[in-house]
Amino acid sequence: MAVVKLFGAWLSPYVFRVIWALKLKGIPYEYIEEDLSNKSPLLLQYNPIHKKVPVLVHDGKPICESTVILRYIDEIWPQNPLLPADPYDRAVALFWIKFADDKGYLMLKLYRANGEEQQAAVKEWLEMLEVMEEHALIGVKKLFGGDEINMVDIAFSFVAIWLGVLEDILGLEICEPHKFPRVSSWIQNFKSIPVIKDNFPDTDKMSTFLKHGREMMLTSKSN
Amino acid sequence: MAEEVVLLDFWPSPFGMRSRIALAEKGIKYEYKEEDLRNKSALLLQMNPVHKKIPVLIHNGKPVCESLIQVQYIDEVWHDKAPLLPSDPYQKATGRFWADYVDKKIYDLGSRVWKTKGEEQATAKKEFIETLKLLEKELGDKPYFGGESLGYVDVAFIPFYSWFYAYEKCGNFSIEAECPKLIAWAKRCTQKESVAKSLPDQQKVYDFILEMKKRFGIE
Repeated sequence: MAVVKLFGAWLSPYVFRVIWALKLKGIPYEYIEEDLSNKSPLLLQYNPIHKKVPVLVHDGKPICESTVILRYIDEIWPQNPLLPADPYDRAVALFWIKFADDKGYLMLKLYRANGEEQQAAVKEWLEMLEVMEEHALIGVKKLFGGDEINMVDIAFSFVAIWLGVLEDILGLEICEPHKFPRVSSWIQNFKSIPVIKDNFPDTDKMSTFLKHGREMMLTSKSN
Repeated sequence: MAEEVVLLDFWPSPFGMRSRIALAEKGIKYEYKEEDLRNKSALLLQMNPVHKKIPVLIHNGKPVCESLIQVQYIDEVWHDKAPLLPSDPYQKATGRFWADYVDKKIYDLGSRVWKTKGEEQATAKKEFIETLKLLEKELGDKPYFGGESLGYVDVAFIPFYSWFYAYEKCGNFSIEAECPKLIAWAKRCTQKESVAKSLPDQQKVYDFILEMKKRFGIE
């Protein structure tokens, strides 16, 4: 029986992408928590180029970069497919996955920003949400994957869950339901999917941890 | 059924070149449409409303955006000739990882090499060479990143070779001196007709960069 290991970190949206994919496919795995401020030699050996989590190790062979991992998982274990079978539909799905991947930097940008920089970061978030609202979600009734989640839903999970954490610690409302009805509806649908509910990140712990981290960061900036 | 394939492109774009190479490898007839990026066509804006960028591949009226997605799409639809991605899932994952690495690093670092001066440029050059050396290491002794034949990573990376002369002139350094194996690989790729006819002349790219520098008031 092949051994699957996942190197992760408890607050990483990219790690959760892989967890959900493995759970959806019913693949047992060993989870190894990494302290990102003190990375293990094993992680650095498996991901020497980027030195990041997640890293999936299958039969001793490492795969890095969450989207590369997701596509690998989908190909090795074809049950509950995460991408459409039709090449064109797949190309469209991959477009939105790339879009979501390219916007991931917005989390840290908003987290670190203050004053004017925060306004700029919020503006970028709003622009991104507008593209989701006016383009990505057009024709989507419940989820990108139809009645079930697929890789596009998983890729946008940072909007469904991590944006809420940021809004909480910053005291901001960015994804206002009346401004972004489709996005808000999609978020509710995403969060109600059993595999997501049953494997939900500890957002309270994240809020506390990140709020404290932000205070420390801002204090040291002003010193 | 007649296949209608259109490529909206811009001649110096390394991203457009990727799709040109993939289409040529598969022997697909297509209509090439040159875009003026300062005056984008209604078709481009309609086919890529989110990014408004080239290249856009239009297959029987339906747009595929993002160059690497286009290459994968071309490989899947015209799968009976010149496969670009391997069939083994782990090798595919490796290919996707390195193509992603090229995407994350080469264009931005290369841009910083020609757009900046002094210390900023020195840093960009150093990082650029480090990136190339990592890719050279990944290539190893293989003739191509794809192994015995041109593959996905080769197609993702070789277009930037047409910009090497421009980077070298702007940055005053020699890429061949630092990465001889990589240059040998690049020359091997350009022996292939699909690559040779998809890449513009390096001098022409350099002239284009000089024009860009003037336009942006650099140096």
